[in-house]
Amino acid sequence: MRAEAAGYDGQTAQYRDIGVSVARVVVDVMLKPEILDPQGRAVQGALGRIGLTGVVDVRQGKQFVIDIDGEVDDDVLAQLHEIAANLLCNPVIENYEMSVDVTGGPAPVGEHQGTFVGASSDAVAHANEGQQ
Amino acid sequence: MSARIGVVTFPGTLDDQDAARAVRLAGAQPVALWHGDHDLQSVDAVILPGGFSYGDYLRCGAISARSPIMTEVITAAGHGVPVLGICNGFQILCEAHLLPGALTRNESLHFVCRDQTLRIENNRTAWTNAFESDQLITVPLKNGEGNYVADEATLDQLEDEGRVVFRYVDVNPNGSRRDIAGICNASGNVVGLMPHPEHAVEELTGPSTDGLQLIASAIAALAGGGVLA
Repeated sequence: MRAEAAGYDGQTAQYRDIGVSVARVVVDVMLKPEILDPQGRAVQGALGRIGLTGVVDVRQGKQFVIDIDGEVDDDVLAQLHEIAANLLCNPVIENYEMSVDVTGGPAPVGEHQGTFVGASSDAVAHANEGQQ
Repeated sequence: MSARIGVVTFPGTLDDQDAARAVRLAGAQPVALWHGDHDLQSVDAVILPGGFSYGDYLRCGAISARSPIMTEVITAAGHGVPVLGICNGFQILCEAHLLPGALTRNESLHFVCRDQTLRIENNRTAWTNAFESDQLITVPLKNGEGNYVADEATLDQLEDEGRVVFRYVDVNPNGSRRDIAGICNASGNVVGLMPHPEHAVEELTGPSTDGLQLIASAIAALAGGGVLA
């Protein structure tokens, strides 16, 4: 899912080429495990029908890719968590995970893909701290 | 002077005209309200009608719940103004945290459109005091995301406090927990339901005229009486 997010890269890479620092925030929203996901269940059924065996469960979620001009400091991060927790996800039925790529400078798409995944691990840890 | 009942139009609302018509047929004066305004025009009660506001983008009702008019509706609801959310309006009330829980995709994944029998479980709210307790009514139901969910503690609390207002009878059309069709807040002035009482106001076009009684209830509540303590 994370690697796929790098597919949105074109615009961000362009910003970087002209020296503007852009941070990319990715928020994944999933239904809580105890909430029935009829869409996931329908997909699971389809997977079986087209011959993929052994599928135990499918859950369908959403991904938000947010590009921010400028630095993502603690204040912005807190704001992002507030938005992720209360607007992008409905805490009654959904959970979210947030990752932030705070690396600046030019980043071609290929390179960025690696940067994104690598850089996100620290950011994810940080984001999760904020979540608790 | 007849009660003035506001009907809010959001981008993508479909049933505002039907709701306004229901208000008029029940003997009150409908007042058109606009989502982008911070002005309730001093109405006595508010209806959030059905439809697909903002195309159901993000989640049903999620964007509308953050609109300027909703800031005013939330304040007014806190002061006891009767607020009724129908279908998408119910989803907006949940997203605005005026009512607990959430509406999710129908268990069957099908959009359901049928005449639905409901039982009035609580006839002491601002919108149901004109009904008998346990009265059965039939109104149209049409939704794709009407599957009411909340955690067990919330469901128990709703049941214990008599805040399940409408329950599906015979058929549960969407997988809703405990057959819940509609609920209210603790003081009974905010009510939300998935079925459409505003489509059951004339013999010619509806399965009954039961829907008029919701408006009649609000008129009675405003006249002083009938509201849940």
